[in-house]
Amino acid sequence: MAELGAAFDPTAPLSASGNLRRRQFVSRFSEATATGAAVLAIAVLAILIYTVAARGAGALSWEFLTTGEPTGIGPALIGTAVIVAIATAIATPVGVLIAIYLTEFAGPRATRIMKATLDLTNGLPSIIIGLFIFGLLIKPLEKQMAFAASVALAVIQLPLIARGSLEVLLLVPGNLREASDALGVSRWRGVIGVILPSALGGIVTATVLAVARAAGETAPLIFASSVFDATKVGLNPFEALPNIPVTIFFLSEEGNPTGFTRAWGASLVLIAVILFASLGARALLSRNRERMSR
Amino acid sequence: MSSTLDSLDSFEQRLAPTPAPRLRIQDQGAPPDTSPHRHIGIEAVFEAKDISIFYGRKKALAGVSLRIPRSEITALIGPSGCGKTTFLRSLNRMNDSVPNFRIEGQILYHGHDMYAGNVDQVEVRRRIGMVFQKPNPFPKSIYDNIAWAPRNLGLKHDLDERVEQALRGAALWDEVKDRLKDSALGLSGGQQQRLCIARAIAIEPDVLLLDEPASALDPIATASIEELMHTLKGRFTIVIVTHNMQQAARVADQTAFFSLDSSAYEPSGTLVEFTDTATMFTNPADPRTRDYVTGRFG
Repeated sequence: MAELGAAFDPTAPLSASGNLRRRQFVSRFSEATATGAAVLAIAVLAILIYTVAARGAGALSWEFLTTGEPTGIGPALIGTAVIVAIATAIATPVGVLIAIYLTEFAGPRATRIMKATLDLTNGLPSIIIGLFIFGLLIKPLEKQMAFAASVALAVIQLPLIARGSLEVLLLVPGNLREASDALGVSRWRGVIGVILPSALGGIVTATVLAVARAAGETAPLIFASSVFDATKVGLNPFEALPNIPVTIFFLSEEGNPTGFTRAWGASLVLIAVILFASLGARALLSRNRERMSR
Repeated sequence: MSSTLDSLDSFEQRLAPTPAPRLRIQDQGAPPDTSPHRHIGIEAVFEAKDISIFYGRKKALAGVSLRIPRSEITALIGPSGCGKTTFLRSLNRMNDSVPNFRIEGQILYHGHDMYAGNVDQVEVRRRIGMVFQKPNPFPKSIYDNIAWAPRNLGLKHDLDERVEQALRGAALWDEVKDRLKDSALGLSGGQQQRLCIARAIAIEPDVLLLDEPASALDPIATASIEELMHTLKGRFTIVIVTHNMQQAARVADQTAFFSLDSSAYEPSGTLVEFTDTATMFTNPADPRTRDYVTGRFG
């Protein structure tokens, strides 16, 4: 074997030598690009929120939040709350049960199939889901109704809640399952008494994030709940109910300057609700993580 | 030959820094029966007949036959990977949830085939409790850790009394009686393991399986767990896996030595020798046992 010779002189000063200068430049350049991309993500959100706030703040008033058309969006706020509440009530139990099935009972094959199914459902365009619900419920009954909108939103929420719950259920240590098994308690009792309480914070978080997502979905609502009387509050889910996303859509289409301001105002309210829900959910999750890892 | 036995004797004395508990039993009445087969006459809780265990294609354990007598402490010792924990977990069917687990042979529990078709795993574990290597308390209060299983099994009568009894039984009551509502996760490792033992005995099982219960604990906590085992003996049949020979010598009535049988084409764990602890550590029949207990191997 031939001598390769020393690659460096060990007695030289410790400043950069050889091609290290070039390698460090490439390294710093890459780091700066990646940092820039991250800053861009924050900038997009910040600019978006600033724009909506700047244009919508003028519309905000107590009257705006509590009265109906043409001065405010009160009925639409309540309608969105009703539609999303029903959707969440449908999607949460099903989503959590799916996650429980996957972590506690299913074999690896079923888990793979179910995960792929959930991801595909998550990727379905909301306009398609809206169209599906239109064909399934609205066309046969020849009537728009908030309930149909809720079903569509539940389809959108389901994969979010199931995947989110799945992640936290997987965080529950396996030795807790062994412990409850070894006590002669049936698997389902173990799930109810030990596994679910340990994962509850994460499940609530996944649900809140799904609520935030559903609150802003527009496409299914245009099919299911867009012909409504926005002058007064409605609570009957078997009628079309006024709601925020469709209100924003119509107001911005009208070509009426005061309507534009109200559209921005409604957007600001929607964004505020979603942001607070997401931030609250994240705070809840981190508190729960702390408790679980203690 | 005699010199070997002398050295084994002195080794045995070194093994037992605390007064050897088995001597206590021998002191109570009849002259000690030192025959290696004295346990044959005692009622067996478990009777394993030619057990082989596979994980997929891998043979973990081959040809194990032994009888575990009632109300005594049986230790399973041996080097890592010799199948002692695998055997222990097959005694309450904890292995069932391991993918590709397969068992051949027969394990009788009070004469019933444990792997028969009509056997319910949940019923098996209700009678045969288990404590694991790492303490695994539930993220609940100390009280709820103990009370959870009895509640679910319908033992709701006098629950407070049951919790106290279990905690006293596990020698933990005095340390926790003023903070039963506190989280169990705030206890020290040794306390958590005693809590797990209390949780296991709260449903009054017939058998306690302990899988290296002190291996994650410091010497003081280990001593308290060993002391606890002596108080639990008689109430429960105890089977303990340990890689600590001194521990087996201190607590067990009889000891089974498992080892890796490397003579086979595919090495697998096997039972080398099963006899009472005194014989095991002073006059083992098998040279492999002698090598192990004298520290020449493993």
